[in-house]
Amino acid sequence: MTPGTPRVAFWSTLAAALVLAGLLGLGIGPVRLTPAELWDALAGRGDVTAVAIMRDIRAPRVALAALVGAALAMSGAALQGTLRNALAEPYLLGVSGGAAVGAVIAVVGRAPFGLVPAGAFAGAVAAVILVLAIARAGAGRPDPRVLLMAGVVVGAFANAAIMVALASAPPDSTRNALWWMMGSVAGATWVHVRWLAAYAAVAGGALLLWAPEIDVLALGDEAAAGLGVDVNRAGRRAYVLASLLAAATVAAAGLVGFVGLVVPHLVRARAGHRHRAVIVAAGLAGAALLVAADLVARTIRAPSELPLGAVTALAGVPFFLAQLRRLR
Amino acid sequence: MIRFRDVEVRYPNAVHPAVNGVSFEALRGRITAIAGPNGSGKSTLVRALLGRVPVASGSITVDGADVSRMDRRELARRVAVVGQREEPAFPLRVRDYIALGRHPHLQLWSAADPTGSDAIARAIEEAEVGAFIDRTTDELSGGEWQRVRIARALAQEAGALVLDEPTTYLDVAHEMAAFELLDALARRAQAILVVSHQLNLVARFAHSVVLLHRGVVAASGSPTDVMRGDVLERVYEWPLVVTRDPAVGAPALLPLRGRRRL
Repeated sequence: MTPGTPRVAFWSTLAAALVLAGLLGLGIGPVRLTPAELWDALAGRGDVTAVAIMRDIRAPRVALAALVGAALAMSGAALQGTLRNALAEPYLLGVSGGAAVGAVIAVVGRAPFGLVPAGAFAGAVAAVILVLAIARAGAGRPDPRVLLMAGVVVGAFANAAIMVALASAPPDSTRNALWWMMGSVAGATWVHVRWLAAYAAVAGGALLLWAPEIDVLALGDEAAAGLGVDVNRAGRRAYVLASLLAAATVAAAGLVGFVGLVVPHLVRARAGHRHRAVIVAAGLAGAALLVAADLVARTIRAPSELPLGAVTALAGVPFFLAQLRRLR
Repeated sequence: MIRFRDVEVRYPNAVHPAVNGVSFEALRGRITAIAGPNGSGKSTLVRALLGRVPVASGSITVDGADVSRMDRRELARRVAVVGQREEPAFPLRVRDYIALGRHPHLQLWSAADPTGSDAIARAIEEAEVGAFIDRTTDELSGGEWQRVRIARALAQEAGALVLDEPTTYLDVAHEMAAFELLDALARRAQAILVVSHQLNLVARFAHSVVLLHRGVVAASGSPTDVMRGDVLERVYEWPLVVTRDPAVGAPALLPLRGRRRL
């Protein structure tokens, strides 16, 4: 086997990054807490205000950011392997488009604000179903390339639908819809966290269970078939699971781009190329990065906040350029 | 053992069947070669064997069981395939890549594969890839990559090994080495079925040859039976002579210069 030390170092770095990002995210804000105060507040001791800030605002916010980041990165890692494409990510495959259509319809239709996530989720699921149907009708088989193209088509269609809906919407709901499309974990509550955690545990767990099939799918159709994998069925299953995982994050936090695309590339080589490890590593790295991104989003121009999606995109570009350089 | 019996395969919307009435056997301990011009149906037979295209009539059996009714994993435990081309989407460590050959033996819920590490070690030794198992798949030469792919197929521990054009992109020495490896595997009671354009290699190494022409068997039998000048000229539609390999006496094909004769 490979020497164990680099691998231990890699996993410890990921864990340490997540813990560090979490502590900074919990400690920094309008009310800055020292490590000691932070510890007391988490344990429910000491200053009542600090305890309330911690329990009701910062902890759920950090937890939600971590979950969203983990789920998006896991989804991206699985999709890149399944579709054999380094550019595959949940948002390229119709999920974000569908979710945005659902959310915009909910906002423009003046649905109660609590129903916007439900609308987003319904839109994302509808997009996934539509992609599968198009892939099946168009080529007779949902093979990776066809899925990818169908996803792009559905995404383009969703963009058109959003433009039409926004163009005919009153200004205040346009603003609401736009804010949602830029992504944010500002309104995080424990209810959000619990829902997403349960959901991510089921969908993410299923992805991990079937991850060895993704290893084989990544070799290509012919080789995968020779290794006893039903290529179409396995590909569809991984696509649906990964997309549902991303759909849940969209419902909880709006559109947060780039995490699902960039994070898997950061960890792939060092996690050892097998998808169980790659997906777990991507989850840890994605969680750490999104907690850090949210910290930047809310502190850099405090008291107002930057959209989380803008921060991840800005941070993602240099990561991606560095990756391109390594390909040279 | 793989047996094709009167196999017909038809692609959707095609006027003519891609292969028709093809019958032959690939026995354990022997190298069986499928040869023929481009588009004669060689790769279609491999696809049909894997269940990637349906068999319209006739049957393909592996160890007596019809492949169309066989579970895919079960089939993969009996037949290992090295396809024409393969490029992993992301580079893998060679050892990890070879270990993927164990996939048909693994259960979804458990990592248990008691004979797995032995099979992998044996495959690495037999395909002689020990020198580069810690490299990644994008750091190999064409010859090394071909050996690594064969090692992955060997780790599958199937009784039959199917190779589609295993010597494409290989130089003379690596071509010979690849066929010597197949010969050694056949001696260990593997059934080897190889699709190849390299008639001279086939003549020296194969125990039997199936020559396809436009989807039907033009000739089959020992290399000496199949590699006759008149037969090959008709099938390849090119002037040629068949001589004797001075070293081993196997038939050797020599295509002639000249215009295509119709």
